[in-house]
Parts: sequence; structure tokens; C-alpha cells
Amino acid sequence: MDFSDTSEEAAYRAQVCAWLDANAPDRLPRTAPTSEQLRAAKDWQAKKAAAGYAQISWAKEWGGPGGTTMQNVIYNQEEGRRGLATGFFGIGLGMCIPTVIAFADEVTKKRFVGPALRGEEIWCQLFSEPAAGSDLAAVRTSAVPDGDDWVVNGQKIWTSGAHYSDYGIVVTRTNRDAPKHKGLTMFWVDMTSPGIEVRPINQMSGESGFNEVFFTDVRIPDGQRLGAVDNGWKVSLVTLMNERLSIGGGGGGADYARFMELARGQTVGDEPALAHSAFREKIADWYVRTEGMKHTRMRSLTALSRGETPGPESSIGKVVAALQALNVAECAIDMLDAYGIIDDPEISPMRGAFQSLFLGMPGLRIAGGTDEILRNIIAERVLGLPGEIRVDKDVAFKDLPAGR
Amino acid sequence: MNFDFSDEQKFLRSEARKFLESAWPAARARGVVDDAAQSHDADMWRALAEQGWLGIAIPEPFGGLGLSRIDLCVIAEELGRVLAPVPFASTLYFLAEAVMLAGTADQQADILPRIVAGELIGAFASSEGPGVPTPATLRTTVSGGKLTGVKLPVTDGGIADLCVVLASEDGKPGLFLVDLNGPGVSRETLKTLDPSRGAARIAFTDAPATPLGAPGAGFDLAEQLLDRAAVLLAFEQVGLSDRCLEMARDFALERYAFGRVIGSYQAIKHKLADMYINNTLARSNAYYGAWALGTGAAELPVAAAAARVSACHAAAYAARENIQTHGGIGYTWESDCHLYYRRARQLGLVAGASIAWKERLVGRLEQRNAA
Ligand SMILES: Cc1cc2nc3c(=O)[nH]c(=O)nc-3n(C[C@H](O)[C@H](O)[C@H](O)COP(=O)(O)OP(=O)(O)OC[C@H]3O[C@@H](n4cnc5c(N)ncnc54)[C@H](O)[C@@H]3O)c2cc1C
Repeated sequence: MDFSDTSEEAAYRAQVCAWLDANAPDRLPRTAPTSEQLRAAKDWQAKKAAAGYAQISWAKEWGGPGGTTMQNVIYNQEEGRRGLATGFFGIGLGMCIPTVIAFADEVTKKRFVGPALRGEEIWCQLFSEPAAGSDLAAVRTSAVPDGDDWVVNGQKIWTSGAHYSDYGIVVTRTNRDAPKHKGLTMFWVDMTSPGIEVRPINQMSGESGFNEVFFTDVRIPDGQRLGAVDNGWKVSLVTLMNERLSIGGGGGGADYARFMELARGQTVGDEPALAHSAFREKIADWYVRTEGMKHTRMRSLTALSRGETPGPESSIGKVVAALQALNVAECAIDMLDAYGIIDDPEISPMRGAFQSLFLGMPGLRIAGGTDEILRNIIAERVLGLPGEIRVDKDVAFKDLPAGR
Repeated sequence: MNFDFSDEQKFLRSEARKFLESAWPAARARGVVDDAAQSHDADMWRALAEQGWLGIAIPEPFGGLGLSRIDLCVIAEELGRVLAPVPFASTLYFLAEAVMLAGTADQQADILPRIVAGELIGAFASSEGPGVPTPATLRTTVSGGKLTGVKLPVTDGGIADLCVVLASEDGKPGLFLVDLNGPGVSRETLKTLDPSRGAARIAFTDAPATPLGAPGAGFDLAEQLLDRAAVLLAFEQVGLSDRCLEMARDFALERYAFGRVIGSYQAIKHKLADMYINNTLARSNAYYGAWALGTGAAELPVAAAAARVSACHAAAYAARENIQTHGGIGYTWESDCHLYYRRARQLGLVAGASIAWKERLVGRLEQRNAA
């Protein structure tokens, strides 16, 4: 076992650091209006792409520098250390574009991959519907052929970033007589197409990162189809696989550290909170899980860097991280006693970081697969336990029961 | 970066697993539990010596194989899987490590070759009563080279030949080596939660003792020793935890209730998924500990404590919920579940309880952050 960079890795890291020191913006305007944040993020993405630091492991063919997975990791570590990750491009570059690359024709790929990489165009993922969340294959939004076009009607929901996205990938129902997994078809779509209406939804945190998207007689040319007709489930699985990789792989690890910092400065009774065994025991538990996750990621990366497929251990990331961050936030707020109720970056400790985690983490436990669904996946795919009893398997979609 | 065992280590692991599962399965631990007169499996101990495993991380000049601590971790994991009822930890993680850490050249030349040959069983005696021993509570004393006091529990104290004892001399705590077959030693077997790993109460009355390491350094050395042991034990715990998960999974695939295998119910699936999560985190923390131990990194104190806390949690949860998954059959004497449950507890206490390690971990994080 060896944690140090190899000499090539160390050289790459030095090169990345030198470039970041010379080129990185001081800080990105996180509390500014979305439009300002977006502008800054796009500028930064363009700069990265020009210097060969966007999608480092993508082949030259797709505008990446054709670097190694480890180079990608090293860059992300250094960018993360400087607080420069933005999140605006994750869904597009992490999920939509890989799906486009896998299923679109050459012209389409040439047209879209570069601009996405340079941050010029933003993508969203139009999968979930009011009646199709965990049970994604239950989508009802219909696509009906009409000449060379498809006519799409229905409603998507929880679509992150739809309000500033230029394009999206959308999964639709094209065959109601087939069982639900067998009647879906995927398209890419221009978000400015007539008939698309995006309505922001207010999240419980007060932000509005996601939206409802209504499709009314939206015409999508058949050339925008991704994969075969009625084969959309297979296509969406590719997107979802990439989603789990990109969501599970993220950082967010320093939560115990921020908690310790808070506990050092706060008093409980006449002692620093950090001296209290109730808090100390929790810090130890969180540290151990955070580090365990970090080292688990290293194990996956080791496999990747040898050209092997990472083991199933990478699937536990989000289950561990989201719930723990929520626990940390709850405990930090408790430490402040009655004062903890205040949610104001001007006067809440750490600029309200824990209040914002408290309001944000319930969403992360749901987005990209709920804790329950992810546990099912671990139990079934990793441990080989039987799948859920299916009452919907060989039933035509139109005959399935539906509740709220 | 390379965060995995090497190909050689993976080979060692699969060979060790084959050897242990065929010749020395968990049933050997049951043999020791069922036989009140036995506190370890002497045949197995001899077999491990013949395999060369007692000398794996001991340098070649002392007759060992001169491999790394990481190779020792590989073996530890496999011993944990089969609940090996042998004084491996007492002899190697405590006695051998103590001698390599603090022994003089003469002490090393005398003791290590005998360990490698399987001629010397070790023990570590620090506890004198409930709670973590501290300089203020330490009662065992040394005067004029003679040690007096009572230690309990001493794991493998009933069968050990040579014991590392924490005691104070002129008010300064130190480590001492005491020949348990020599004068001034009386031992009494204790009834413990895990009879497959025996423990004793040892009364010392003017027993001849030689210092191990610098006078006054007893607690420092004991702490370094515990850090090393914590990493090695974490691998035994990881082996045990994984085995518990496998047992629970296999049972969940065979047992039917309400017309379905119980493994198709989410309450069971999610429980096993949680076991998998804990075990994975514990394994990763143990790997980091192994790396720190193997390279002598400055990170060792933090990495060892993290490995310990993580492994204690994973093992306790896996052993407990393995019984629950088995239902009534899991609560019978005949089922192996309780052997794992007992051993999980034993491993979770033998280098100090998790709660004490959590405190140590946070203390070390504070120091690291202050530095
Ligand atoms: C912040 C955020 C951003 C999102 N961004 C996007 C996006 O960009 N694009 C997009 O398409 N979607 C997005 N989503 C939607 C997200 O994928 C769904 O919310 C999620 O998959 C859950 O679906 P649901 O909300 O319909 O809940 P439901 O599926 O109705 O779940 C309700 C409860 O039932 C449980 N449950 C459901 N099925 C099972 C089962 N088989 N076993 C056990 N329990 C079960 C769930 O775990 C949950 O606790 C986002 C969601 C959030 C919160």
C-alpha cells in the first residue's frame, strides 16, 4: 500500500497547483443571484476547458485532454481544496452528455459535446414525474409519432437546473400496451422548444434549484431520439449509472471538522462544548465514517487506475454521506441551544453552514435515489438477495394501478 | 497511489483462507469453548508456527520471514474469519511488538526467535480492575527487580510463558518482562464472555522482572503498543464482520417465512446492507491503519484509533444482527452465531473499549489541529 503520489502524479499535481494559483478566481460569488453565479461559473469552466482541466479523463475526440482517472482525481482534490467546484455542470457533463455520447449520431455528438465541456451550454435531466420517482419506469409523459416528429405531452418534476438549462434529456412513454419497462423512449430536447414551460418549485430550504416542466404538444424530431424506440429504459440506465458514480463520488467530507471548530468556540455550561463527552463521542463516530468513505473511494480509484472496474463498495457513498451530514447539522444546532433556531448568515456561527445543511440534506437523501432504494441496490446487486416482489412486471402499462 | 494489497499479499490471503477453512475452521473455537479445561487450541498453534506465520513480520536475523506488518494484517483478517482460538494477538501484537518497539538487542535476540519457533506464548498485563488504567490507578510496583501486584484480566495469562507488565518503579510507570513460569507467579483462570480466548488473574509476589524500554515510559510505550495492536486487531475484526455478513446472507437466502425467503424482506435486506456499509468502512479504515503501521507514518496514532473505533462498531453490529437474522436457531448453543458474538466482544475489549478509543481519537485530532 502506498498513498504517496507516484512521481508522475506528483508532477501532475504540481502542474495543477501552479495553474490554479495563477488562474483561479479568488472565490466564486456563492450568495449572489443565480445569474451572477452562473456567469462566473461559465467563465471558470471555459478557462478550465481551454487549459485542459475540464473532464480530464475524456478522450481528445470529445475535447478532453485524454488524461488518466488519477489525474482527474488530483485535479478535483486541488480544485476542491480551493472551494471552486460549482455544481452547474455536473448533471450535464456527468450524466446527460455521456448518454448522448453513448447513443446519439456523430453529428449530434460533434455539435453538443464541446459546448457542454466549455460551459457554454447547460443540460438537465428530465426523468422524474409526479407519479414516477423511485419507480422511474412508471413515467406517463407520452410521445406520439407524427411524420418525422414525435409529439410530447406530460409533466416532469424535480428537474434540477431546468430554469437555466439549454438542453435536456427526456424519457417518455411510447407504448402503453407493453409492460412499463418496455414502452419507454429517450430523446434530447431543446429547452426553448415551443410548448415547454418551466416553473420553478420552491424547495423546503427556500432555494429553488428544481422545477416542474410541462410539455404541451412539444414537437421533437425523430433525429433527436437516443437509442431505439421503446428501448428508453436501457438508455436511462446508462444515465443512472453515471449519476450514482458522480453523486457518490463527491466530497462534502469535512463536516466533522467544521463541527469540531464550532465545538471549540462554543461553551456548554462553563466548559467548551468540545470538552463534553456527548459531543466528543459523536465526533469520533463521524470522523471514522468520513475517513472510511474517503479511503473506500481510494480503493475504488486504485481499481480504476489499474484499468479494473471498481468493486461494489463505491455504491455506499451517498447513503453514508447524506444522512451523516444531516446528523452533524442537527447536533451542531443543538449545541447552540435556543440560539440554534436562528438561520442568518450574518449572526449564525460559520455563516449559518449548519442551518443550511439542516435544510439541505433531507433533499440529498432523496435526490439520485433515496436511502431506501440505495439499500435495496446494495442488498440485491452486492449481496445477491432477491429483488422486490413485482406485481407490475408482465402487466401492460395502461393496466397498472396508480395511487397519488 | 495504490490503496490495496499487492498481488503477493492477495495470494497470501487466498492461500491462508484455503488452509484455515479446510484444516482449522470455526469449529475449532467451539472445541475450546466446549472443553472447560482448554483455553486455546495447541494443535492449531503448532500448525501456525509450521506455516511460518508467527514469524511473518519478524526480521530475518531473528528467524522470521521479514515481511511487512501489512502481510501480518492479511493473516490477521483470515484468523478473524475462522475465530482462531490461539494466542496469536497476545504473542505477536503484544509481546513481539513490545520487544521490537522497546527491547534491547539482547532481549530481541533472546525472545524473537523463540516466538517464531512457537516456543514462547506471550501476554500483556495492564488492567487491574474496571476502567482504563491510568498513572493514578496503577498499583503494581517493582522494587529491586521484583514485581508485586495483581493483574486481571490477562488474556492468555493462563498459558503464556512471558508477560509484558505495566508497573511503576520509584513512582514512575514502566514496562517489565516477567517469566510466568518462574517464581512469585500464581494464576487463576477467569470465566469470560469468550471462553475460546482464555484469560487469567495473575498475582505477582516478588516475581523477578526486567525492564523493557526506558524507565518512566510505561504509559507512552503501552500507548504505542496499543496503537499497533489496534490496527492488527482491526483486521481480525474485519474478517469476523465479513464472515458474519456472509452467514446472515446465506441464511437469509435459505430460510422461508410467509412463502418467501426472508432475504426478500426489506427489513432484512436493509439490515444486511447496513452491515455491508459498516464492514466496508471498517475495512477501508483498517487499510489506512495498515499503511500507517507498515510505513511508520506520523499518522499512525490517528489512523489506529480510527481503525479501532470503526472495526469495533462493525464487528459488534454484524455479530449481533447475525443472530437476529437467524431467529431462534441463532440463539442456540449449537449455532455458531454466538461464537462470533462472543469473539466480537472479546476483540472489542482486549486492546481497550471503543468508548476509550473514541476519546483518544478526538484528543489526537485536537492535537493534530493545534499543531
Ligand atoms: C434536490 C433534488 C433534486 C432532484 N433533481 C432531479 C433532476 O434533476 N432530475 C430528475 O429527473 N429528478 C430529480 N429529482 C427527483 C428524484 O430522483 C426523486 O425525488 C427520487 O428518485 C424519489 O422519488 P419521489 O420523490 O417520487 O419519491 P417516491 O418514489 O414516491 O418515494 C417516497 C418514499 O417511498 C420510498 N420508496 C419508494 N419505493 C420504494 C421501495 N421499492 N422500497 C422501499 N421504499 C420505497 C422512498 O424511499 C421514499 O421514502 C430530484 C430530487 C431532489 C430531492
